[in-house]
Amino acid sequence: MTISELRSLASESGSRGARTGAGRPPSNALLPTKKKRTWRSYSVYAGLVLIFAYCLAPFYWMIVSSLRRTADIFDNTLLPAPFSLENYVKVFDGSTMFGQALLNSLIVAGTTTVFALVLGVFAAYAISRLNFRFKSVILGVIIATSMFPGISVVVPMLRFFTDLGWINTYQAMIIPNLSFAIPLAVWNLTTFMKQLPFDLEEAAMIDGCTKWQAFRKVLLPLAAPGVFTTAILTFIHSWNEFIIALSMINDPKIQTATVAISKFTGATEFQAPFGEQMAAGVIVTVPLVIMVLIFQRRIVEGLTAGAGK
Amino acid sequence: MTVTTATAPAPRPAQELKPRGAGTPRTPGEGRMAAMLLSPTLLVLALVIVYPLISAIHQSLFRAESGLDADGFVTEGEAFVGLANYADLFVGESGRRFLNAFGNTTFFTVTTVLLETVLGLCLALAMNRAFKGRSLLRASILVPWAVPTAVSGLLWRWIFQSDGIANTLLGSEILWTAEGTASKLAVIIAEVWKTAPFIGLLVLAGMQIIPEEVYEAAKIDGAGWWRQLGSITLPLVKPTLLVAVLFRMLDALRMFDLPFVLIGPGKESVETLSMLAWDESNQLRYGSASAFAVVLFLYVAVVAIVFVKVLGTDVTGAKQLGLKKHRSKANKATRSQKAEATR
Repeated sequence: MTISELRSLASESGSRGARTGAGRPPSNALLPTKKKRTWRSYSVYAGLVLIFAYCLAPFYWMIVSSLRRTADIFDNTLLPAPFSLENYVKVFDGSTMFGQALLNSLIVAGTTTVFALVLGVFAAYAISRLNFRFKSVILGVIIATSMFPGISVVVPMLRFFTDLGWINTYQAMIIPNLSFAIPLAVWNLTTFMKQLPFDLEEAAMIDGCTKWQAFRKVLLPLAAPGVFTTAILTFIHSWNEFIIALSMINDPKIQTATVAISKFTGATEFQAPFGEQMAAGVIVTVPLVIMVLIFQRRIVEGLTAGAGK
Repeated sequence: MTVTTATAPAPRPAQELKPRGAGTPRTPGEGRMAAMLLSPTLLVLALVIVYPLISAIHQSLFRAESGLDADGFVTEGEAFVGLANYADLFVGESGRRFLNAFGNTTFFTVTTVLLETVLGLCLALAMNRAFKGRSLLRASILVPWAVPTAVSGLLWRWIFQSDGIANTLLGSEILWTAEGTASKLAVIIAEVWKTAPFIGLLVLAGMQIIPEEVYEAAKIDGAGWWRQLGSITLPLVKPTLLVAVLFRMLDALRMFDLPFVLIGPGKESVETLSMLAWDESNQLRYGSASAFAVVLFLYVAVVAIVFVKVLGTDVTGAKQLGLKKHRSKANKATRSQKAEATR
């Protein structure tokens, strides 16, 4: 038996085991020598470590750097020594209004998510459950809008909002945000609702429910997990939004966290305050990372179901 | 679509048929209800997509001008200039800047998507194989995806400082975040770091719906790992991969945050079309800014159309509307693979 055959055997049994939850298939017994098996498992572990390092090392470096003192920010030790929260204190010390920026981000991303979800649930219900003309055209158009480049929204909207006097308002960020949030929400929810069995609604309607009642009392509760997944994805996208917030806002009191970070100048003017920037970056990212850790299965489902957006 | 197939066992087709089988008669109220439910969404999309697009085209035909009128007074205002803003894309200083930005955008799109695809495939293959730490892997692979692009720009700027960790590890003294090739490279590295895992995840989902029997048949016939990869995994994962690549390309074409934060605005070597349009509108030159925005939109549209028409990328999940078709295609592929393998 060649090594590649062994590999394929093991990989199949492995993936099958993982998928079906079945125990080790007997084919593993075919692996002839212990030596080869350990060589293989070493290479697998090496691969795993490599992927971990690839994904997490830069992020880890951000955390470590944020925990150094300004004096030893250029240290290259793997752990901060001495450990210091100096940067975190500075980030919140008022002059940067970072706390306010976080709140702004929460308001903007939250509102965007709520609007996109409410509109998205109705649209997705219509697309996944009702028969009407031009259905695939409408779905196609909605998906096509998600490919619209942000700058093509920003430039005209900037002018429009200037005329309206909306510069430096929340709605100047929320409304353009809907241009990517709605297609994302509609698409994800449509995918999800299509997977739900139609029988229950049908039964409800046979029992005398109207379509609307069947939607509200039967489908909506069933769709709750999908709505939740969509909410997470939409929120993350809105939270990470940059170009709209950067263009529409020039008042530090209204700007969102991502923009605030990029404009961090800090107390010293001679050197970019990297420690504080890293600390702020960690603060902005950690809620997302926690969400990702808790809801990873759902997020992956949502991402792959909508094939991306 | 992939998840649907992955988690849906036998009873699906029956359900699929019921709500939207070709023969199902439309109940009278249904069209009206659909219109009612969809109109808010379409209205908002018209406001945030269609209106800006029309407005951008309109604005791109004007130019802010100040000059002397016939009586010698200074006039300020917008003059209709027809297609002059578009003609200027190819001549003079502004033309040079546009072509440079166009070149950068294309260069970044091609290089990053290419690297991401290769790396993403490797990640997916590794994850498909790893059975022990898979959920841990999946969590860690989502971290780069979740980091806001602006934050990742800062993070990489810190890493690429002249006396930062990258130069220390490499033992070099490269000025990554100044101008030039090094800054291009820095953008590419940071972009690939953030987005390759995303492709990996999508491709992994595509890999997991490949039926085990196909591999078994190939194995019986003595196909090695490479042969299985080339003749089974890659062809069957292709539809998913195409969708992922299309989305990444469209995303890369509008790249803005990363070069903006990592290198900075107005740097020639990394200026993309989005950055150029943003800069112009910041200078209150809405006419040319709109022209750039329109060109970028057309560029994105052309790439999308080419992908969908020529490569037959299954984007809209018509996909989901025609799930049956999709599946039967997969089955056919499966069967022919099997036939080939057993021959």
